[in-house]
Amino acid sequence: MSAIFQPIVNLGYSLQAMFAALLAAIFGHDIAPYLLYGVKTLLLILCIVVPLMLSVAYLTLWERKVIGWIQLRLGPNRVGPMGLLQPIADGMKLLVKEIIVPSGANKLLFVVAPLMAIMPALAAWAVVPFDPEMVLANIDASLLYIMAITSMGVYGVIIAGWASNSKYAFLGAMRSAAQIVSYEIAMGFALVGVLMAAQSLNLIDIVKQQQSAFGVFGWFWIPLFPLFLTYLIAGVAETNRAPFDVAEGESEIVAGFHVEYSGMTFAIFFLAEYANMILVSFLTAIMFLGGWLSPFPQSWGLLGQSSFLWLLVKAFMVVSTFLWFRATFPRYRYDQIMRLGWKVFIPVTLVWILVLGAWMQTPLWVWWKGA
Amino acid sequence: MTFQTFIFYFFSTVLIISALGVITARNPVHAALLLVLAFFTSSGLWLLLQAEFLAITLVLVYVGAVMVLFLFVVMMLDINIAKLREGFWKYLPLGGAVALLLVLEMGMILTSRSVGFGDVAQPPALPANLSNTKELGRLIYTEYVYPFEIAAVILLVAIVAAIALTLRKRKLDKYVDPAAQIAVKRKDRVRVISMASEARQDTAESGADRDKGAEQAAGKAPDKDGKPA
Repeated sequence: MSAIFQPIVNLGYSLQAMFAALLAAIFGHDIAPYLLYGVKTLLLILCIVVPLMLSVAYLTLWERKVIGWIQLRLGPNRVGPMGLLQPIADGMKLLVKEIIVPSGANKLLFVVAPLMAIMPALAAWAVVPFDPEMVLANIDASLLYIMAITSMGVYGVIIAGWASNSKYAFLGAMRSAAQIVSYEIAMGFALVGVLMAAQSLNLIDIVKQQQSAFGVFGWFWIPLFPLFLTYLIAGVAETNRAPFDVAEGESEIVAGFHVEYSGMTFAIFFLAEYANMILVSFLTAIMFLGGWLSPFPQSWGLLGQSSFLWLLVKAFMVVSTFLWFRATFPRYRYDQIMRLGWKVFIPVTLVWILVLGAWMQTPLWVWWKGA
Repeated sequence: MTFQTFIFYFFSTVLIISALGVITARNPVHAALLLVLAFFTSSGLWLLLQAEFLAITLVLVYVGAVMVLFLFVVMMLDINIAKLREGFWKYLPLGGAVALLLVLEMGMILTSRSVGFGDVAQPPALPANLSNTKELGRLIYTEYVYPFEIAAVILLVAIVAAIALTLRKRKLDKYVDPAAQIAVKRKDRVRVISMASEARQDTAESGADRDKGAEQAAGKAPDKDGKPA
C-alpha cells in the first residue's frame, strides 16, 4: 500500500521544503519555522475536519435511509439520484434561515452555546489515529485527552438550555447534565479496563496491543466484553441519542435544549451530535475492535492487510448500530436511565476491573505480548 | 521572548482576568462559566510545565464533572443579587482580614529562605519518551501508597456520608422495583371468573341513552319505573 503513495509523499515533502524556503525569504529565519508549523498543522486539521463534516452530512442521509428501511419506507429519494443530494439541500436551507434570538435570552451565551458544543466534538479528533502513522497529535495520554475533551461537550447543552430563557429548553438542559455526568463515570471505568489491558494510554499502542496470532479473538472485545457493551451503550447516552434522548425528548419537551434555535445555530448542534457519534464509533473500533487490524489472517492478500479502510468499516458498523438502536427502542424513562447508569453499569464496570486485575496476574491472560 | 514565554503570559493574563471575573460577575451563571475558563487556562499552564497528566485530569475532573454540577445547582437557584450585596459593608472587615492573612501567608512561604523559590535551579530536561502518567502511578502505588489509600478512604467516607445524609424515604414515593415489575404474571393482576350470562335488563336505556338517563336522574326526572327520584 505504502509503495503506491510514495510518489505523493515525496511530492508533499518537496512542496513543504519549497514553502519553507519561501517563508524564510519573506519573514526571516526566526519566525519562518513557527509559521511553517502553523500552516502545516492547519492543513492537516482541514484534512480531518472536511471529511468529517462530509461524513456527518451523509450520516444524516444514511440514518434517514436506514430508519426508513426498518420502517418499510423508502427514506429520502427525491433530491438527486437516490436522494444523494438531500444533505446538501438541508445544509443550504439551514444556512439561509434566519437566526432568531428569543426575547429575554442571554444573547452572548445563546450564541456561544453552539460553539461550546462543536468545539470539543472537533478537538477530540486531534488525537484519533487512523493508521499507525496517520494521526495529527500522537500524544502519550491520548485516551485521557479524549475523555477530558468530550466531557466538555455538555456545556453546550447546558448553556443553550439556560440562555434560551425557555422552560422546555431548561428542562432539557437539566436532564442532559444529570445524564451525561452519570454515564461519564461508567464510560471512564470502561476505559480504565482498556488501559489496563493495553498497558498504555496511547490509542496507537492500544491497537498495537490487540495485534496477535488470534486474529479477531485477540481484540479487546473478548476479554473486556462487559466493558465493551457498557462503553457502547454509555456512548449512546453520552451523545444524547435515542433511546437516551430525554434531553431532546420531542414528544415531552418539544425539542429540549435546542427548541429556541434556528438556522445555522441549530445546525451546529446537529453537527456536534453527529460528529460525536462518529467519534464514539471510531473509539469503539479502536479500543475494542482492533482498530485498523484486519480480521483475516495475513495470508489472505489484500483482505488480510491492516489498513485505514478496516477502521472505517468497523466504525461504520458501530455507527449503523446506533441508528438501529434509534429505530428499535422506545425512549427510556428518566428514572430508568439513572438506574441503568448508576445501579447497573457502574457496578458491572467496577467488578470487571477487579476481575481483569486478577485475571491479568494469571497465565490465563493471553492478550498482550509484552512481559 | 520565545514562543513558550508568549504562551505563558497569554494564559496567565486570561487566567487572572477570568479569576477576577468570577468574583466580580453579577450573574452567578457567568461567574461559574468564568471559573470554567479559569480552570481550563490553568490546565494550559500545567501543560507548559510538562505535567500533562495533571493538566488533563484537571479538565476532566473540574471542568467535566465538578463545574457541570456547580452550574446545575447555580442555574436552578433564584439568586437575588441585591439581597446578596446587602451585607457587603458588614462583612468587609472580616473578609478583608482573612484576605490579608492569606496574602501574608503566601508571601511568607514564597520569600522564606528555607523554601527559596527564588534560587530553585531549572529542573533537568526530561527524556522525550518519559511517560508522566506511568511515573505518577509508580510513585502513588509505591512510595506514597499509604497517604494515597488514606485519601481514597476519606473520599469514600465522604461519598457514603453524602448519600446517607440525603437518602430519605418519601411518603409519596411511587418507585416500583423493576425486578418485581418484570416478575409479575398475568394471574397476579387479572382474575378470570366464570358466571352465568344475564339477560339484558332494559333495551330502551342501553347504549348512548344511558348517559342521558344519568343526567336526568341527577335532576328531578322520574326514573325508568316512573317513580319520582
